Formats: sequence, structure tokens, C-alpha cells
Amino acid sequence: MNSLKERLIKLVFTLLAFSSLVFLIGIIITLFKESYPFFRQFDVFTSIFGLYWYPTAEPPEFGMFTLIFASIAVTAGAMIVCVPIGIGTALYIHEIADHKQRSVLKPVIEILAGIPSIVYGFFGMLIVAPFLQELLGIPTGLNAFTASLVLGVMAIPTVSSLSEDALSFVPRSFREASLALGATRWQTLTKVILPAAGSGISTAVILGMSRAVGETMTVLMVAGGAAVIPKSIFDPVRPMTSTIAAEMGEAAMGSPHYHALFAIGLILFMITLAFNIIAEIVSRRFRLKLGLGR
Amino acid sequence: MKGFFKIILLTAISMILISSGVFAAGTTITIKGSTTVLPIAQSTAEAFMDANPGINISVQGGGSSVGITSLIDGTCDIADSSRQIKKEEIEKAKKKGVNVNEIKIAMDGIVIIVNPRNSIKAITRQQIKDIYTGKISDWSELGAKPGKIVVLSRDTSSGTYEAFEVLALNKEKVRADALINASNQAIASTVGTTPGAIGYVGHGYLTKKVKDIPVEGIKATKQTILSGKYSLSRPLFMYTNGKPAGDIKKFIDFVLSKEGKKMVEEEGFVGLK
Repeated sequence: MNSLKERLIKLVFTLLAFSSLVFLIGIIITLFKESYPFFRQFDVFTSIFGLYWYPTAEPPEFGMFTLIFASIAVTAGAMIVCVPIGIGTALYIHEIADHKQRSVLKPVIEILAGIPSIVYGFFGMLIVAPFLQELLGIPTGLNAFTASLVLGVMAIPTVSSLSEDALSFVPRSFREASLALGATRWQTLTKVILPAAGSGISTAVILGMSRAVGETMTVLMVAGGAAVIPKSIFDPVRPMTSTIAAEMGEAAMGSPHYHALFAIGLILFMITLAFNIIAEIVSRRFRLKLGLGR
Repeated sequence: MKGFFKIILLTAISMILISSGVFAAGTTITIKGSTTVLPIAQSTAEAFMDANPGINISVQGGGSSVGITSLIDGTCDIADSSRQIKKEEIEKAKKKGVNVNEIKIAMDGIVIIVNPRNSIKAITRQQIKDIYTGKISDWSELGAKPGKIVVLSRDTSSGTYEAFEVLALNKEKVRADALINASNQAIASTVGTTPGAIGYVGHGYLTKKVKDIPVEGIKATKQTILSGKYSLSRPLFMYTNGKPAGDIKKFIDFVLSKEGKKMVEEEGFVGLK
């Protein structure tokens, strides 16, 4: 009985552990299967670099470059916001904050991470956009800049808590050795701690990017949704995610439009996959450097 | 281990019991489709359920195409639509043994709205088309205070967009730099906060925060929409599988009744005579 029980439980946990793998494979198969008809019917190159997205026109046009560009632009903008704030927060918590401040700051940042993205979207659309529009005298507040700003704030928790982890992995002996050699605190921070934690912090930034590029609801509500290459950062854009979210509900199943949306999903998946692989490689190197094994 | 299986068994049995209890409570009518028709379906369904406790109505949005697809798939009983059903859809339905039946329930006017601070007083259909296709980009070209026109549109898959495309654009493409908002309310609220904006919404979504402008000298009112004198107007439909019968017929009759018409008007649409 006991050994049967043991084996059963082991089986259950093995199944649970491998279920994510099953989901992943299922999703990948679906993405490829559903986007294959699109790439068979339309040229890959002209689709990816095409400038006109008119999926319901006659004949339809499926130029995805404006969408890909929008995702990249908005993500880059978000990084400009969240990298300094995120890493700065991590450094403050790790280096300067006393126990009391830390016990306030860390939960607060975690709450920021827990706010649903639709709430960020609402906030951006109803408060930030009209405010920026008034302040800067621009035609509309729903644009790439506002989207970057809101996305950047959303990605702060990812960057700051992972950076903080990276900093705390640096062995105490590194710092003590540096200080013992007569280095100042600033020298220790910039010459010893940061380089040691460097690849861990890079991982944090890459995962932050991954979060920003895949975010949907916020950009759907805040980015404006115009499928053009923006002439300035204050022009509206239409990222890949919001295109899929806005159009999937009404694209007739099996139509070229439907398959085109899956093709966008596939491209998006490739981008985040690349980010995650890079992050994994970098963090592995980081652990090796600190002598933590793999 | 025995206890573990017992718990699973008990849970399964109780779930079956609970679910069968829910289904036994009465018949359920599922309505799906156009977000434009949604407020009509919602308010009439609520009143109808109050009057007929045995009948349960579930109302969902999703858009005209989703509604019609669901009707064809048999996953809804009534499909709301802000456009007439397409020939392909009727054929697809026939193949699945669904005999689509059309019921006109109300009229909707698509209203052109601008920010209240905008001085513009009238617009022609040609001007609307020029603005939305990209030939006109500044308000000074319409004789209003100079400034960039912020063009607001809906997703190409929205029913309101499809109607606008047909009624106002003669199927020409909307300019690529138009801002895309996800709903009638979003368009109205953006126009309300953006001085240079122009947008279009269903007559039911006119708010005090936006200004509607007459098209070709005719203001969108109930009379002009119903008579078809206002050019940007269209009928709204509910589709059923075959002639409605039983509870579905009861509900449709209610929507078309005097009481139903009152609710249609309360939502800002124009009820049929």
C-alpha cells in the first residue's frame, strides 16, 4: 500500500511538473499551425515590412511593420522610464535604506506589480493622457509617449525586485574585501558590486522588456491605435498586442485576417522567446561568475 | 489514500447535483452580438425577466459578426446585429441547417461629434469622407479655427465602423493615422477631452460632453433617422433560427411592444412605429 501510494503521489507530481511543458508545446503548435496558412498565402518579407494594415479592406492588406515598429518603440520608451527608476530603487533598497524603510518600500513595489493592467490602462487613458495633452499642447494624449510612460511604470517592479535580488546575491566578502583595501563606498559600489551584479541586473532589464512588449490592455487603451510609423513620440501607434486583442474577437475563423493575427502572435512569441533566452544565458553566466555553480 | 478518492468522488457528485439544479431552474435564452444593440437587449431582457420569472436571458456583446457566427454555430438563440446579414453568412447557416430569420427592431443614426469648444456648425458628406480618408487634415479647411484634426475611428471589425464605412466612406479606407478607440463610449469620452477631435458614435451614445453636427444640413433627430432623411442612419436587427417560437417569440414581441419601444428610446435609439 505504502509503496503504491508513494508511486502514485510521485506520478501526480511528475504530471503536474510537466503540464506546463504540455501547455507550451500546445501553444507553439497552435501558433505555427494557425499562422502557416497566412505565410503560405502571403509573402513573408512583404508582410513583415509592409506599411499598410487594412485587414478588412478589399483586397485586404497585411503590412505588419507599423505594428512591429510600434511595439519596439513603446518598449524602448518604457525602458527609458523603468530602467533608471527600477535600478535606482534596487540600489537604494540594497545600499542605503535601513530596515524600516526597506520593510515599507518592498511591499509597496510589490503592490505596484499586483495592480491589474486594465487599471493602469484606465488611469493612463482618463488621467495621464488628458493631463499630458493639456500640459504639452499636443493634439491627443493617446500616443506613444503616454503608452511608454505607463508601461514603464508597470515594468518598474519587475526590474527593481529582480535587480535587488541580483545585488543581494553578491557575496558579502566582495564588499568587505573592497572596503578593507581602502576603497570608498562609492568605489565599492561602482567598481565591485555593480560589475558583479551586472549580468543579474541585465536579466532584470530584459525580463522587464519582455513584460513591456507583451503587455496588451494598457497599450490598447493608451497608445491611440493608429497603424502608422509615428513622426514624433507624440503620435499615436498601434502595437502588435493591441492589434490582436482588438481584432481577434471579430475576425472570422479561418479567414486570412484570422491567420494574420496568429502570424503576429507568432512574431511576438519569437521576440519574447529571444528575450527570455538571452536573459537565461546572461543569468547563467552571472551565477558562474559569483561561484554559485549553475 | 482512500479518503482522498472519497473527497474527489464527493466533489464530483456534488458538482453534478449543483449544475443540474441550475439547469433545471428554467429555460435560458442566449443573446449575443453587436455592442450597439447591447443596451437595448440588456434593458429589455431585464424587464422581461422581471415579468417572466421562469425565463432566464443571458446577454453578451462581442460584435455583430460574433453574434451571427454564434447563431450559425448554435451557441446563441438570438443574434444582435447593427448590419444586415451577409450572403455568405446566410449560405454558411444553411449548410449547418440554420434558417436565418431577420427582425428589424430599431433604427440607429450615426452621429458625427466634435469637442464642444469647436466652432464648426455644419458638415457635408464629402467633407466627412475627405477627413476620414486623409484629404483634409486641418480644421481651417472647414472654416473653423485652425488646428490639427484628430480623427477618431473604430476598429475595422466593429459594427459601427462597418456601417460608417458603408454610409459615409463608400467603402474607402480610413486614413492610417486615425486613432482607433475600442467602443462608442471611448470615442465619446476622447472627443469630450480632445479639442481637435472628430468622431462618430451611435445616436444612443450622444453625451452632453460632445457636440453633434448636422450632416448635409440635417440634424440627427429621431424623426430624421426614422424617416431616413438623415443620411447616416441604419436599421438594427435581431436574428433568430427560423421564425421565433415559444419563449424567444415572447421576448421578441416584448422588444417590439410599446413598452419595449420606450426602452429602445431610453437608450437613445429610435424605436419603430
